[in-house]
Amino acid sequence: MMIVTNKNFQEEVVESKVPVLVDFYAEWCMPCKMFGPILESAAEDFEGKMKIVKINIDESPELAQKYFVMSIPTLKLFNGSEEAKATFVGSMSGEELEEWVASQGIK
Amino acid sequence: MENNIYDVIIIGGGPGGYTAALYAARANLSTLVIEKMAPGGQMATTDIVENYPGFVDGINGFELGMQMKKGAERFGVKSKMAEVKSVELSANPKVVKTAKDTFEAKTVILALGASPRELGLENERNLRGRGVSYCATCDGMFYRDKTVVIVGGGNTAVADAIFLAKICKKVYLVHRRDELRASKTYMEALENAENIEFVWSSEVVEIMAEQMVTGVKVKSRKDDSVREIACDGVFVAIGNVPNTDLIKGQVELDEAGYVAADETTKTNIPGVFAVGDMRQKPLRQIVTAVADGAVASKYAEEFIDL
Repeated sequence: MMIVTNKNFQEEVVESKVPVLVDFYAEWCMPCKMFGPILESAAEDFEGKMKIVKINIDESPELAQKYFVMSIPTLKLFNGSEEAKATFVGSMSGEELEEWVASQGIK
Repeated sequence: MENNIYDVIIIGGGPGGYTAALYAARANLSTLVIEKMAPGGQMATTDIVENYPGFVDGINGFELGMQMKKGAERFGVKSKMAEVKSVELSANPKVVKTAKDTFEAKTVILALGASPRELGLENERNLRGRGVSYCATCDGMFYRDKTVVIVGGGNTAVADAIFLAKICKKVYLVHRRDELRASKTYMEALENAENIEFVWSSEVVEIMAEQMVTGVKVKSRKDDSVREIACDGVFVAIGNVPNTDLIKGQVELDEAGYVAADETTKTNIPGVFAVGDMRQKPLRQIVTAVADGAVASKYAEEFIDL
């Protein structure tokens, strides 16, 4: 999965043609590690409909701060705007992720 | 088709689940582990596990979980990443359904684990990620040089306090009783930390927040007086609740909500076993979970041979 930083956030997330799910994570965060494979597999399932990218909060603290990330993992869904459309704090199962994304209108 | 019926289905891929799987597979039983997240369960969220024997320098909980999974798969255990939505445990064969598949088995070993207990305050869930956390090692870094409140008095709360005291400006530990229930090993580190303040015999009755948490209201259990503590974060460490939603109404639970199964791990339903943190027991640790796993597989084998 692509790791987005402050340099390419505008281009890869805000200006993306498809909705983007951003996973805020850190290397030392165990629940983030557990969540990784679920996101990897979701990224394949949603190919073409939604992009999934990661933001390392240690490498991009300004993005974490800007989006009030105070707990990781945190998921934020962007759809052509600088403002996040939806936020989910914590990890979840593949099915739950699918349902949550569907509830945001992405199927 | 006979082939589609597993000897053992294990629900949950924590240490109890994968040890049951290892023993079952080594007894030549066809074995499937269904895990909704990632192997390791709660253990995987622990940075360094220091009380699982055999590791001189401790071991990362996530790594240990992966090793347990691989160790079981080496003997033919199959793993499936999915969330079990329903079970029919009294049926023959027993039925386990995920959102997409239906599996059948002669025996089922429940290894569903436990989750952090919530305070039960109205705005608690909304504030998760905005100042309320259940994992100090995950979220502590966001509170560098800030003030936090930890709720609880057991090992988790005390370990969190010691960890957060190194990062935060000030740590309050709010506990319902007037003494800690934590192990002695923590005491020295606790006493050496100068920025930890104890708030004894008190309960958090309200979390104050605007966009983010701004403080808590704490009520004394002695004289009912309420005081406000300004803080940036609240870490909740008041124990766990067993994950029994899936099996409620089928498997007998005790008054505290744990599965009523003794050291044999046998539940009230023949051929159904419960291991690890979800079972009633005096000590919930990785070592006791793995012990349960081994025992459950022995009785599962015995049940199949009958």
